[in-house]
Amino acid sequence: MAEYVWPAAGDRLHIGKHISRLDGPVKATGRAKYAYDVNRRGMLWAIMVQCPHAHARITAIDTSAAEAMDGVVRVHVIQDVGTEIQWAHDEIVAVAATSEEVARDGAAAVKIEYEVLSHFVNERAVDEAPDAQPAQAETTGDPTAAMASAPTKSSGSYHAAQIAHCSLESHGQVAEWQDEETVTLWASTQAISGVASQLGEQIGIPASNVHVETQYMGGGFGSKFSVDRWGVVCAQIARDTGRPVKLMLDRDQEVSVAGARPSTHAEVSTAADADGNVVAWDSKSWGSGGPAGANSPPLPYVFSFENQTHMHTSVPTNTGPARAWRAPRHPQACLVTMRALEDLAHAAGMDPLDFFLKNIEKTGERANTYVEELEKGAELMGWRDRWRPRGSATGTVRSGLGLALHTWGGRGHRSNCEVLAYRDGLVEARIGSQDLGTGTRTIIALVLAETFGVGLEQVKVTMGRSVLPASGASGGSTTVGGVSGATRRAALNAVDAVFERIAPKLGTEMANLELKNGQLHFKDGAMAAMPWRQAATLIGVNPVSATGANPGPGQLNDSGVGGIQMADVSVDMETGVVSINRLVAVQDCGLILDMKLAESQVYGSLIMGVTYALTEERVFDPHTGQMLNPDMEFYKLAGIEDVGEMIVHMMTGPGYDERGVIGLGEPPVIAPGAAIANAATNATGVPINEMPMTPERVLAAINGGMA
Amino acid sequence: MAQTRYPKTPRDEQPEASTESAETKARGSFSRRQFLRGSAAAGAASAGLLSGMLDDAAAQGEPGVAGPGAVDMAFKINGKAHVATLEPRVTLLDALRNHLDLTGAKKVCDRGTCGACTVLLNGDPVYACSVLAIEAQGAEVTTVEGLGSPANMHPIQQAFVDHDAQQCGFCTPGFVVASAALLNRHPNPDQDTVHRELGGNLCRCGTYAGIRAAVAQAAGGGTTNG
Repeated sequence: MAEYVWPAAGDRLHIGKHISRLDGPVKATGRAKYAYDVNRRGMLWAIMVQCPHAHARITAIDTSAAEAMDGVVRVHVIQDVGTEIQWAHDEIVAVAATSEEVARDGAAAVKIEYEVLSHFVNERAVDEAPDAQPAQAETTGDPTAAMASAPTKSSGSYHAAQIAHCSLESHGQVAEWQDEETVTLWASTQAISGVASQLGEQIGIPASNVHVETQYMGGGFGSKFSVDRWGVVCAQIARDTGRPVKLMLDRDQEVSVAGARPSTHAEVSTAADADGNVVAWDSKSWGSGGPAGANSPPLPYVFSFENQTHMHTSVPTNTGPARAWRAPRHPQACLVTMRALEDLAHAAGMDPLDFFLKNIEKTGERANTYVEELEKGAELMGWRDRWRPRGSATGTVRSGLGLALHTWGGRGHRSNCEVLAYRDGLVEARIGSQDLGTGTRTIIALVLAETFGVGLEQVKVTMGRSVLPASGASGGSTTVGGVSGATRRAALNAVDAVFERIAPKLGTEMANLELKNGQLHFKDGAMAAMPWRQAATLIGVNPVSATGANPGPGQLNDSGVGGIQMADVSVDMETGVVSINRLVAVQDCGLILDMKLAESQVYGSLIMGVTYALTEERVFDPHTGQMLNPDMEFYKLAGIEDVGEMIVHMMTGPGYDERGVIGLGEPPVIAPGAAIANAATNATGVPINEMPMTPERVLAAINGGMA
Repeated sequence: MAQTRYPKTPRDEQPEASTESAETKARGSFSRRQFLRGSAAAGAASAGLLSGMLDDAAAQGEPGVAGPGAVDMAFKINGKAHVATLEPRVTLLDALRNHLDLTGAKKVCDRGTCGACTVLLNGDPVYACSVLAIEAQGAEVTTVEGLGSPANMHPIQQAFVDHDAQQCGFCTPGFVVASAALLNRHPNPDQDTVHRELGGNLCRCGTYAGIRAAVAQAAGGGTTNG
């Protein structure tokens, strides 16, 4: 029986090395086919007509002009007369035509009339909200009394605007029916298995007859778990017309309806004793991510205090609905907490690094990890030599330092894997997972190759199809633990199954065999080692097959990481422009399978963090209810010159490796905004409390325009 | 935030021919046909000059009108001849993706902001979403597919792989083409030049550290990250 463990540090062939992603060449040469790239013979293009109002009821739909157009094949009413529409850009009608241009002409020819209803889009003005939903306060200890008697106090209000996912490949899919009961969906999704079930249910065919295919996908960040209404519509039009249909969202729809991260606004009071120990926390937050409002951010974040209270109000708005955005609720909670604690450190006259270390036990079981990470980060940033008290900088352009802590779970999800070993020596993993660009395909391959003791050229990964052994959705940093656990177990079982088959042919026992460094070894030394490919010929024409699952026997993955980040920024006091000089990220995630891919996740997170810290915001006009920037000119992503120098350090070795694999997609994207805001505050000498830190807001803060 | 948005069509370094024709125009002794050719060569295609069609029209002494119905078009893409019958309003990007099944260039913003559709037109990077297909006739179009194949990658493509300058990969074709153009123009670029020349491309996953390193490798320089 196999022992379900990861190989010891000295025995690792691939794990922990810098391995390039295996699908790098097909992506870099433009050969990778995304859902948006799928072109089928006889395919129709579908374009959706959008509601121009933030809140309205449909009173009339006239599709006759569109239907009469040459090239228009099908006009499909998605939401009919009488429906109340809750946000602008919601999809009302889809027009399918023989070309994209004609489909657009058809969509423009659809006439829809509305009764316009009153709307509310500005959740910051919570007092004006028609339907605010306050929750009960959650209280531990006696924060009021602790606050009253504490010598050091601080208070502030902190704000993180709504942002969008803005995936570069918009949401959408191509649908094609093979027969009346079977459909293939090339979908841009993070959840092939889930989408197959959802679509089957909604169009009335067995889930097993829905074949979802996603080899590559152009970004999701939490917004692509559902088949979505447009996925169902696409399949329906394909069924109605008997032709393949491509329906991808236009950019304005993508940014306005296909994903939002809720805003968070919070008023916080804190207190510390004379030694700098935090003794009380009191926060009230509110926010919105659309008609469902927003769940409470986890406040206080990372830390738990003896006396604390938190109350949240969910504020529904007539804006495109929220979806999970990388580390849901954490970046906002991190901003609020780390800014409030930085302010309290300032009130206590302490360097925030000392202040955070002083209170580190209040982070719970990861306290030692944070200490190690803070020390490493301080070394990489030169914090001890370079930090100066808030407001010490002078001149027009002032620089400062800030830091923040974060945490995430990241336990592996449920996953299955089948491993096949063929007599030509090829070893194949078959797994119904998807690679969002995080490197899932490469991780599966390297775990398989590691377990068989062979090179990466000897293994093949078959994935991205819902008909393969089911695996979980890729979200919440759960994929790497799930697929690596399932693959490791399946591969260990497959090695045993190979030994069982070939041992008799070699006149030996299973237990005498071992695979390493591309060779079959005989533990008793009775025979010389044999190359794997030669040994594999004994498998015969029927490949060996074995399965494995996660969770399963053995501790192959774990949950719970820390991570710290530090920012060095400059602020131009005359223009309000914040620029990034240097970012330092120190991150743990248990056993690291591919160091290159792990570092990529952290670099990418820092950059995404710079973007939401400085430029990203869904801007709504309170009068019209319209999003003013549903595009990429004014919904601004940072460019290559905006992100500064980045230093990434991954924690490895004893204390980390033995925990097994832990997900990394979310943790490093949580803290950049908070660290940058703290650095901007340190630089300017005034609290910079609002993301994005646009020049306008920073100037207002400098000029005393906001607290 | 200072985010450079490069117009990808008119470049600051213009071909010799265009300078001449501009001077000719200034002197008032030019033929309309020469002017159109010169302007098109200068990359003024985005101004809506239908170079191929108008050449023929000018030769016949009549103004050129194409469309609104589909017309025959001929292209030279990645060294190969392609023909298609397209409406004059079809962009080069849609012609490549929807009609010629060359899907390396991506449609993301579709209005000249993000650079995911970047291709080379006579060696210069352009946003294919902002060039009409009919304007691209007669030009050498190079897409990401034309730079190299998985088995035979262009040095910049190899460098993107080596430095993991891609995650989801949807912006990657645009960055690869823009980087190749950058290195053609500046074989040993400093960081400011890299930032300026690639400032018209956007990535969402955050691969800029890898892209900096990849460009440095392909330029024969260092391989520093960050």
